[in-house]
Amino acid sequence: MKLSLPDFALVVLIGPTGSGKSSFARKHFLDTEVISSDHCRALVSDDETDQTCTGDAFELLSQMAGIRLRRRKLTVIDATSVNREDRAKLVKLARQYHALPVALVLNIEPEVCHERNKGRDNRDFGIHVPRNHSRALRRGLRGLQKEGFRQTQIMRTPEDVDALEIVRTPLWTDQRSLKGPFDIIGDLHGCFDELGELLQNLGYELDTMPTEPEALFSARHPEGRTAFFVGDITDRGPRNLDCLRLVMGMCAEGTAQCVMGNHDFKLSKWLKGRDVKLTHGLDLTVAELENTSEEFRKQATEFVFNLRSHAWLAKGKLVIAHAGLKQEMHGRGSGAVRTFAMFGETTGEIDEFGLPVRLEWAREYRGDAEVVYGHTPMVEAEWLNNTLCIDTGCVFGGKMTALRWPERETVSVQAKRQYSEPAKPLDSGDGRSAQQDNDRLLYFDDFAVKRRIETRFKSTVLIPEQNSLAALEVVSRFAVDPRWLVYVPPTMAASPTAADEGFLERPEMALNFYASRGVTDLIVEEKHMGSRAIIVLAKSKGAARSHFGVEDDKAGVIYTRTGRPFFKDEAQEAEVIQRITKAMETSGLWDELSSDWMVLDAELMPWSAKAQELLNRQYHPTHAAALESANALLEAISSAGNSPELEALKVTATIRKDNAIRMAQTIDGYCWSAETIDDFRIAPFHILAAEGRVFSNKTHVWHMETLTKLAAADPIIQTTGWKQIDPTDGKQCQQVIKWWLEHTEAGGEGMVVKPNAFLVSGEKGLIQPAMKVRGRNYLRIIYGPDYDMPGNIERLRERGLARKFSLAEREFKLGLEGLHRFVEKQPLSKVHECALGVLALESEPVDPRL
Amino acid sequence: MQIEISLLKDEGDTYSAQDLGYLLHKHPANVHERETGAGKAVIFYNEVSDDRTTAVLYLDIDPIALVRGKNRFSDGPLAQYVNDRPYVANSFLSVAMSKSFGQSMSGKSKSRQELADRSLPFEARVTPVGASGGIEVIKSLFEPLGYTIEAVSLSGDEARGIFDLKLKGNVRLCDLLNHLYVLVPVLDNAKHYWIDKDEIDKLLAKGEGWLADHPAKELIARRALKHRRALANDALGRLADDSETADDASETVERERKLQPEEALEKPIRLHDLRLDTVAALLKQRGVSSVLDLGCGEGRLLQRLIKERGLDKLVGVDPSVVSLERAAKKLHLEEAGDAMRERVKLQMGSLTYADRRWHNFDAATLVEVIEHIDPTRLASLALSLFGDAAPGIVVITTPNQEYNKLFEGMEPGSMRHSDHRFEWSREEFQSWCKPVAETHGYSVEFSPLGPLDAEFGAPSQMAVFERQDRIGASS
Repeated sequence: MKLSLPDFALVVLIGPTGSGKSSFARKHFLDTEVISSDHCRALVSDDETDQTCTGDAFELLSQMAGIRLRRRKLTVIDATSVNREDRAKLVKLARQYHALPVALVLNIEPEVCHERNKGRDNRDFGIHVPRNHSRALRRGLRGLQKEGFRQTQIMRTPEDVDALEIVRTPLWTDQRSLKGPFDIIGDLHGCFDELGELLQNLGYELDTMPTEPEALFSARHPEGRTAFFVGDITDRGPRNLDCLRLVMGMCAEGTAQCVMGNHDFKLSKWLKGRDVKLTHGLDLTVAELENTSEEFRKQATEFVFNLRSHAWLAKGKLVIAHAGLKQEMHGRGSGAVRTFAMFGETTGEIDEFGLPVRLEWAREYRGDAEVVYGHTPMVEAEWLNNTLCIDTGCVFGGKMTALRWPERETVSVQAKRQYSEPAKPLDSGDGRSAQQDNDRLLYFDDFAVKRRIETRFKSTVLIPEQNSLAALEVVSRFAVDPRWLVYVPPTMAASPTAADEGFLERPEMALNFYASRGVTDLIVEEKHMGSRAIIVLAKSKGAARSHFGVEDDKAGVIYTRTGRPFFKDEAQEAEVIQRITKAMETSGLWDELSSDWMVLDAELMPWSAKAQELLNRQYHPTHAAALESANALLEAISSAGNSPELEALKVTATIRKDNAIRMAQTIDGYCWSAETIDDFRIAPFHILAAEGRVFSNKTHVWHMETLTKLAAADPIIQTTGWKQIDPTDGKQCQQVIKWWLEHTEAGGEGMVVKPNAFLVSGEKGLIQPAMKVRGRNYLRIIYGPDYDMPGNIERLRERGLARKFSLAEREFKLGLEGLHRFVEKQPLSKVHECALGVLALESEPVDPRL
Repeated sequence: MQIEISLLKDEGDTYSAQDLGYLLHKHPANVHERETGAGKAVIFYNEVSDDRTTAVLYLDIDPIALVRGKNRFSDGPLAQYVNDRPYVANSFLSVAMSKSFGQSMSGKSKSRQELADRSLPFEARVTPVGASGGIEVIKSLFEPLGYTIEAVSLSGDEARGIFDLKLKGNVRLCDLLNHLYVLVPVLDNAKHYWIDKDEIDKLLAKGEGWLADHPAKELIARRALKHRRALANDALGRLADDSETADDASETVERERKLQPEEALEKPIRLHDLRLDTVAALLKQRGVSSVLDLGCGEGRLLQRLIKERGLDKLVGVDPSVVSLERAAKKLHLEEAGDAMRERVKLQMGSLTYADRRWHNFDAATLVEVIEHIDPTRLASLALSLFGDAAPGIVVITTPNQEYNKLFEGMEPGSMRHSDHRFEWSREEFQSWCKPVAETHGYSVEFSPLGPLDAEFGAPSQMAVFERQDRIGASS
């Protein structure tokens, strides 16, 4: 005997004690799939026969079962379950998680059970126990179906039990193995002419329409694509029968599939002869079908009745349901799932148009699977939180829309005319997209938790809850509007520590780092010393509004590495944005990038523009005090007598004096008065993203060359010195080292070494995307004026680089992930989680001097 | 950093300036080195004559040990790495003084006790000195003690000045040393490596005989025991003989804490209490049973509401974890029983985000909160508060900018608190509230908060929004 069992179900074993349930469970299921009441009793009381703890044991059992079912895991309940009330609780549990309740009954004679119990510890009770069980069981046997079990199997003898074989089969809705590509088509409602045109536009070849009025016909795509109808084939429109003939024909040929809509459901009831009201356009369909043959109607009944509630496709990445489907219902089966999939979620109330009040499940949707649905006529098909309604109201004079998947392109044809009057006007937005409208609100409780962010770089970044909270505090108090905050820059790794006398960092260390990992195409770029600035700008305020969904009447913003507005004065910010926008225009870069918005990663100078407070509070007092400390000592020693101790002090003080002067000079080089915008220098070094693209697939040489054009258009935009080099070529390396030494001795910060290709992977995944090599004098600002004195530098060489490397890598991935999501027009919450993620990681305690 | 102590000889007096060696117990011909824990102290003389003798104490701090050693500071990123700690005279120097000149500081001298007991013409030089508050503070600290001051600024006119400080005075050596011991770190007003209860005793010991009468004693106590207000007040309390009880001391803590700039300005009218009382009374009068206090800070409104019967659900929300921790303490939530903890909750949250936990409240309050939100984010606040959370009643209070003109000592154009992103006139406040109310189906009424001025109105203003369907339901 073979039993086909859904691979997601709550399997309830029913049978008297000793009927062999546990052995049966062991034979057919994984240990981890089986939850036994005896085991639960033992877990809560240390005694599996203790009947006084049954209540607690059952609570534990249903907790465990509930968690498994929530995770869509088949679960087997091994308890006697001979009483109806016990089973009712389990059926309720199954329904809660939309799992099919299955009853497997071991209706074994009490005598046999008693014989078995005799041989077992703790089961030494009289025959009356299995006998009572058996009696209870037999009373309920016939009502199992009615209790809610969707499948039952009754075994009467030990031989029956032994003979049973179980085959697991996917649920009817589980079509994850189908990969597509699909053309998902919105509600038809008898609009046959538009359907034909749409299929043709999609590239389908249609059969010529058969002359027999009831014959099915079909269409197929030459590349084997599958058409997928979201249901509501008939009603309200002019050619309901023809729509049915084509959809049935295509499904029969296997070139299409269809899920059940509410109109199809009602039609199936009429076809089965039930009493239904001929309203909402069903009258028109019925008028056409009444003239068809018995045989055709039988065929149609079969077809409509067997339509799936929804389809779970493409490894779970796509869900198609007539009225949409919540994440917790995907790929599951229950009455609630069918109802939701056909009607959506309603509150039971009726609005002023006589229509049910709908809950906006799509606004709350946070799933990764894309859900495509129809049912609610909209003016435009627009993505919202990974869901798309493609019912664009053809029958009401709108259009018929299809979605090419996975391409995510929509194709529409205009309705030839209005066939039916809508009960209320179609929903339309205010010019911004539905997603942008929705994204005016981000929910704090979506982010204030431990998060796992899946990136497209083969790794998942974990953000602990405490760090998320820290980032949320910073963002909510200080950051720019999240709609602008599409990118937070990652921290950068410092080069491995050099051992050369007087140096902590040297170019050789970074060059060797990459060479030893086989990266031979490198770029070295001058590192400017200013403040990091992310520049997000659009060609116009209108473009900003339409791409970023902002309402602040700005054409762009500039913010710091922690997301704060760079300029206190909004007018100044606007002016800088305008200058850069103009430079984009002049240089022709808008056209070259074919975009009207972009994100730039830049350094904004002078340092003093942003850091004046810091300079006054921290840096200036430090070098002034260091200098005075040395000077005062030298002066005091000069008039004291000679002694070896003082001689030694004098030597040290002389070096310290020098160090203090160098620190002051270095800082001086980074400071100038910036009264007007013309005093600023902006050095962009990455073009991060623009319409449709993230430029991490372009080489750094491309970035540098493209940005040179921008710099030519306005003197406030500064170029960056760079050179492409091969770290295995000694001569090239020598040149770079020489340049670095001269540059840093003259006060320059240093340089950045990067793989030219932007993203390079090695055996262990992504190779460090950038590494800074900072100059000796610059490092006085970081480690203090006397860091390189003998006795100090040796100790500083021990620095925890590994954490910094790992942090830089994770933040880099998150940053790019966020940009990709933004470019793909994903919901803002998906972009925001990456920005918050980088900030959250930045709250990690890592030596900030690296 | 170094201290130079010079003894001068008055014409006609009998001692020799070289006696400084006896007074300090350090022979002028030698170089004395000593480990102090924070660094190496070197003492040498660079002037030795009968008329004038100068001893130099130079303290050599190890900058790396400050970061990595056991005495390291922790005060935010990078500030702990690049700072003037190793170079500027600070509490390390005081430690070095007490280790090197301990006997002299207690006024003892083995062979010149009579000189140790006398006031003598001394000069002292401390350089470099970091003076927070600049020359004014230097004067206020040393002039009352009778010194003539010469201070040369070595950096720009920044808030934190670096000075070469010279003092001249006729004092006992032990007084000079004790003054420097206490006041150098006070001037510095930066991080100290030592702060615990012992410090009070040390401060009092070294301040004996002069600190109690010093006009700047509050500043001295506060700075010397930096960031430890309780300690500072304890010390002040002990300085004031035994007239103040422990209760008074905790009252002082409260007063001290309240001296935030905004509250200091508004203090004479106790405005904040008035605001809180008004809002609490209003909620009671409207008969609400659940309240969401947005921007609850340290929980001062909740503290009032907790006592009200009929309020079944009180939730305080704030973006700052630190504030929430303080609120929990203040409301005694940690020790509270389940019933109270079920009734009163604190949540981290932000007004620039929506929050599902805010649904289904009768009332929400924003007491002096909205002005801390960036103007560009107010639209999303309106949407998340009135559109999404949609409580029956919303109470918003905010400063009335017009009234600022009546605050003494307030710069025109400035704001009452450094974190205020704006301050609204009455008209501005109303013109923000009215369309928001209209869009989201609320009625709104305005009232002044605080004493009314004929021209400028009240110092604070309040808007009460009521959801229109609620008005219908309750009438």
